[in-house]
Amino acid sequence: MRPSAQTPQGREGEREVAPVLPMLIAQTKGELLQLVRDPAFIISSVALPTIFFAFFGLPVVDERTAGTGAGDYLLASFGAYGVISVMLFSFGAGVAAERGRKTDVLMRATPLRPAVLFCAKTLSALLFAFATLVVLFFFGRVAGGVEPGMAAWSTLTYRLLLGSTPFIFLGFAVGYLTRPTSAAPVIQLIYLPIAFASGLFVPLGGLPEIVQEIAPYLPTYHYAELAWSAVGANTKPLLASALWLAGYGVAFLAAAIWAYRREDIRRFG
Amino acid sequence: MTPVVELKGVTKLFGEKRALSGIDFRVEAGEVVALLGPNGAGKTTAIAIMLGLRKASSGEVRLFGRRPQHLGARSRVGVMLQESGVPDELRVREVIDLFRSYYPRPLPTGEIVARAGLEDEGHSLVGSLSGGQRQRLYYALAICGDPEVLFLDEPTVGLDVEARRSFWEQVRGSVVAGRTVVLTTHYLEEADALADRVVVIDRGRVLAEGTAAAIKARVGRKRVRFTTPHRVEPALFDGLHVEGLSTQDGVTTLLTPRPEEILRRLFEAGTDVSDLEVVGADLEEAFLEITREGRDEEEGPV
Repeated sequence: MRPSAQTPQGREGEREVAPVLPMLIAQTKGELLQLVRDPAFIISSVALPTIFFAFFGLPVVDERTAGTGAGDYLLASFGAYGVISVMLFSFGAGVAAERGRKTDVLMRATPLRPAVLFCAKTLSALLFAFATLVVLFFFGRVAGGVEPGMAAWSTLTYRLLLGSTPFIFLGFAVGYLTRPTSAAPVIQLIYLPIAFASGLFVPLGGLPEIVQEIAPYLPTYHYAELAWSAVGANTKPLLASALWLAGYGVAFLAAAIWAYRREDIRRFG
Repeated sequence: MTPVVELKGVTKLFGEKRALSGIDFRVEAGEVVALLGPNGAGKTTAIAIMLGLRKASSGEVRLFGRRPQHLGARSRVGVMLQESGVPDELRVREVIDLFRSYYPRPLPTGEIVARAGLEDEGHSLVGSLSGGQRQRLYYALAICGDPEVLFLDEPTVGLDVEARRSFWEQVRGSVVAGRTVVLTTHYLEEADALADRVVVIDRGRVLAEGTAAAIKARVGRKRVRFTTPHRVEPALFDGLHVEGLSTQDGVTTLLTPRPEEILRRLFEAGTDVSDLEVVGADLEEAFLEITREGRDEEEGPV
């Protein structure tokens, strides 16, 4: 607090608010550091997909499923599983933790722009999702010789990253509706059965008929379809899955907005 | 000149509960103002409304003449909140750098760290800090934007006496620099140490307002109690400020702002005093009294 800088009416002719880009960079760095230093997040989001692939994928890499190599197919499955995990945990558990520690109260009192915070969280989650995929692809190639090719890898990556938007919204909704201690278990409780029923662990063909009938109504199933088709598996038309995902995206966004408003009235009304 | 903070007839209801009932409050640039009141008086709610963290049910709220949510207004403010946290996974310097990015003209990190006395903790994880260190970090975050006004909500709750005094020194340093400070506290001593104007609130109303000395005189009475072998004549204390003098079974009780004068008078008169007790009429008691006065004024003379 330098006395020289003070005038009662503020400092005329100078910048009134902080520039957005440095704020975004600093906030993204802060979000990344928080995620990197959270072992629960690293294990459940970044490491688990590769570990699952080692258990479920490696034994069957030479078989075929849904018209493509089983190794490629499961690489896509666990890629989808991993990216959704990152989104649900970083947004869901992250927001719940911020509410629990009341970090959000202090941030709200600063001139941090809410949009900058949202973008920083999204950027850092996307970076982690990307890292998750790189680790998985690298492991699949080195340990199982699974190599769908550069084109398939990159199609898989951009589809999974872009298509993850609905799960960001779902993560937010869960983050605002759960307590800090219950966020992670709630996410597991919702996510694991749905992932299983969508054929992410075991290809749908190997699951009971009732599950096969339910699967086409699940968001994770349509998300995985984007991934499976990227490695040459037989899937329904891509547009249909994209529309299903968009529909779920709108629903989850509405849920997130509702949950946010509820929170806003309760704690900041 | 635009006041730094202005509340006009601000009322806040939480459901049925009335947290603030028609508060008028104004802080001019360069003032150090303390909102003094017991727990649950509405101090924190008042600060939250000034900062736009809560919305007033009715009335007008202005921060630098703007809505308190305005980013331009917020960029000129530093806050230390009673109930708030920072991410445990970040290191002290990392959090400070993060918060610096929110403000248009932040202080250099080194200066912030030095002012808050965090030189040795710069690389510690927030999660590993002690209560006192955490409080200093919150202070660092409050000053990192080089604010024109500092809001301190119960800044020394939970600190030991030494930490409290060193915190006051830090704040006084800021005051010397001519900045505006708004603080809430339930310690009369704290208001006295820091503020040049004290606003006493209770049950969501402003009960008294004045210099720290004036408020202190009003609530700073001590209760003196002692036993004497003979009845003490009230005339003994002539010329001294004494209230509520009573003697029963040789025990005399009275209230006074300056107990040392009472004692001097007793010793000069050679009175044989035993079981002497001087107790601060505590703040709760003092508030009760001011509250009672407040009600009497409201209801008019009986």
